[in-house]
Amino acid sequence: MDAQTSFPSWGRYPPATPARVLPVRFRDQAVPRVAGSVLPYGNGRSYGDSCLNNGGTLLATRGLDRFLAFDPSTGLIRCEAGVLLSEILSLTVGYGWFLPVTPGTRLITVGGAIANDVHGKNHHLAGTFGHQVTCLELVRGSGERMRCSATERADLFAATIGGLGLTGLITWAEFRLKRIANPYVQVERTRFDRLDDFFDLALGAEREREYTVAWIDCLATGRHLGRGIYMAGTHAAPTCEGAPGAPGRTLSVPFDPPVSLIAGPTLKTFNELFYRKQFRRVQTGLEHYAPFFYPLDGIDQWNRIYGPKGFLQYQSVVPMALGRDVTREMLQCIARSGQGSFLSVLKVFGDRPPAGLLSFPRPGVTLALDFPFKGPSTLRLFETLDALVTQAGGAIYPAKDARMSPALFASGYPRLDEFRRHLDPAFSSSFWRRVTGDAP
Amino acid sequence: MSARVLIVGATSAIAEAVARRYAAQGAALFLAARRTDRAAVIADDLRVRGAAAVTVAAYDATVRDTADALVAAAWEALGGIDVALIAHGSLPDQPACAASAVLTRQELEVNALSVIDLLTPLANRMASARHGTLAVIGSVAGDRGRQSNYVYGAAKGCLAVFMQGLAHRLTPVGVRVLTIKPGFVDTPMTAAFPKGPLWASPQTVARDIQRAIERGAQVLYTPWFWRWIMLVIRLIPTSIFQRTRL
Repeated sequence: MDAQTSFPSWGRYPPATPARVLPVRFRDQAVPRVAGSVLPYGNGRSYGDSCLNNGGTLLATRGLDRFLAFDPSTGLIRCEAGVLLSEILSLTVGYGWFLPVTPGTRLITVGGAIANDVHGKNHHLAGTFGHQVTCLELVRGSGERMRCSATERADLFAATIGGLGLTGLITWAEFRLKRIANPYVQVERTRFDRLDDFFDLALGAEREREYTVAWIDCLATGRHLGRGIYMAGTHAAPTCEGAPGAPGRTLSVPFDPPVSLIAGPTLKTFNELFYRKQFRRVQTGLEHYAPFFYPLDGIDQWNRIYGPKGFLQYQSVVPMALGRDVTREMLQCIARSGQGSFLSVLKVFGDRPPAGLLSFPRPGVTLALDFPFKGPSTLRLFETLDALVTQAGGAIYPAKDARMSPALFASGYPRLDEFRRHLDPAFSSSFWRRVTGDAP
Repeated sequence: MSARVLIVGATSAIAEAVARRYAAQGAALFLAARRTDRAAVIADDLRVRGAAAVTVAAYDATVRDTADALVAAAWEALGGIDVALIAHGSLPDQPACAASAVLTRQELEVNALSVIDLLTPLANRMASARHGTLAVIGSVAGDRGRQSNYVYGAAKGCLAVFMQGLAHRLTPVGVRVLTIKPGFVDTPMTAAFPKGPLWASPQTVARDIQRAIERGAQVLYTPWFWRWIMLVIRLIPTSIFQRTRL
């Protein structure tokens, strides 16, 4: 591991330069008083500019990486905000405890998981990461230090969950882990040939499965529109035969390619292969949790494959009533634009009310896409998608956004004014200034 | 039996990273630090990570005549010591030291004499037990005096020679003596420096330290390339060295 020398976002777009980066190493430290604003920066896995503070100060929180307590008999864990989900798994899986909710990477901090109220493949049953948090400590720019939970300062607690690091510095949090018998997942992959089949799967008996998500071939058109592979998983039973080993070495993208490696032909080939590699319609097997939950964590700095201009993510959610039609229209737009996406993911969220005032997950269909940044043509495509999302009364995920308009943000987050009351005046981010027009 | 480990300066980033490695192996640890509140936070973490036992004690390297008592307390709490890592230190303001003999003396006391105050009783106890490893965090700065930080370098160079002598004395009785010479490490002590490719994380340095203790090395440059960088720096002829601003 090398010393950290730069603080970009994961999509590496937009570029931003903080005036200074101050490491936080002990939780008794107060928020430093500096000219301009401060913003907590964890492991830099937010894609757009929600973890950036151009011209301001970043509080680098990875030094807050200690456990306060872990009870292997109850699964209750309390740790500092800079602890990575991967570090929790390393500690707890051996005791038979797993993260109650995990996104598609384990290389994020607990503080980041709360500030973005991340979700995973079990949203339909478990809700978001914020739903799992029992309490946390917040240090405000004023120096005030407070415990927040559903019963203590509940308003501030709800603002901090999904609060994008703008309500103060989270120093530690407590949450309950989930019991597992072993590190394996029983996986079933089902190929589907069109979008309607996805919805039939997702809304049918599949809702009972613990983890569900679909990969979509977003280059497919016509009667193949929306074809893909539906993945369902459950933690394996105590006795399971043929358990595979943990994955070996991490691969790495060791340098910055001069151009994006994700271009038309490679993408077309990849998508075709990904779809075709599964011969049988339904394929089942036992997998270690790492490749099932974190396929890309096996490739260090995979974001480099998009070249120096970086890439953009687009993740939207639209209400279920319009979900089928809007998703179809979005996929048609993308296929027409020829700007395919390498990783296109579709999931139906559960009905649980959001944990935070600015939480992204809500009942409906969510579509996540990534695109190499090609300048105006990419932004034009996104504006077309924005129009569809807006019409449907949907929203865009701040953790993945680098360009949504203030109007779209406001329409997607109706509790914005309520949230504003809990903002810490010392805190701000590039994202926040962009979508609200607030001063730095 | 799990290792019994004394760490002095336990809130330093390198020391904490080393302590975690021992904790994960089920070691019993004795942490000495000036900030006992912060050492207690570290102790909680080490317990969760698997340490068999963790004791925290107050120790201030600027207060004289406290080293014997600290070593005795640690020896008793742990029931003997397998590994003692002395990791405390400060990074002097070289221009301020150049202007002040008082400040220079203070820095030499913290970075060299207070360490030697601990080494003497530890060496004697380990010699009687005919067992143990004494590890001290020195610095590549101790390899050659340079205008930019020769007070720090003088303290670390003093430790290196002292440790060399201890190794000569104790190796025959089965006690290991290790001088650790980290290069640039990204820690709070160096937070103000711009970082480049020569900088290493405390985790990398800690891994190297534990391996060096296990294999019984006498001198560790970490990361490894510093051995060769410092060889070149030591070999530069004085006439040329005088013209550099290293």
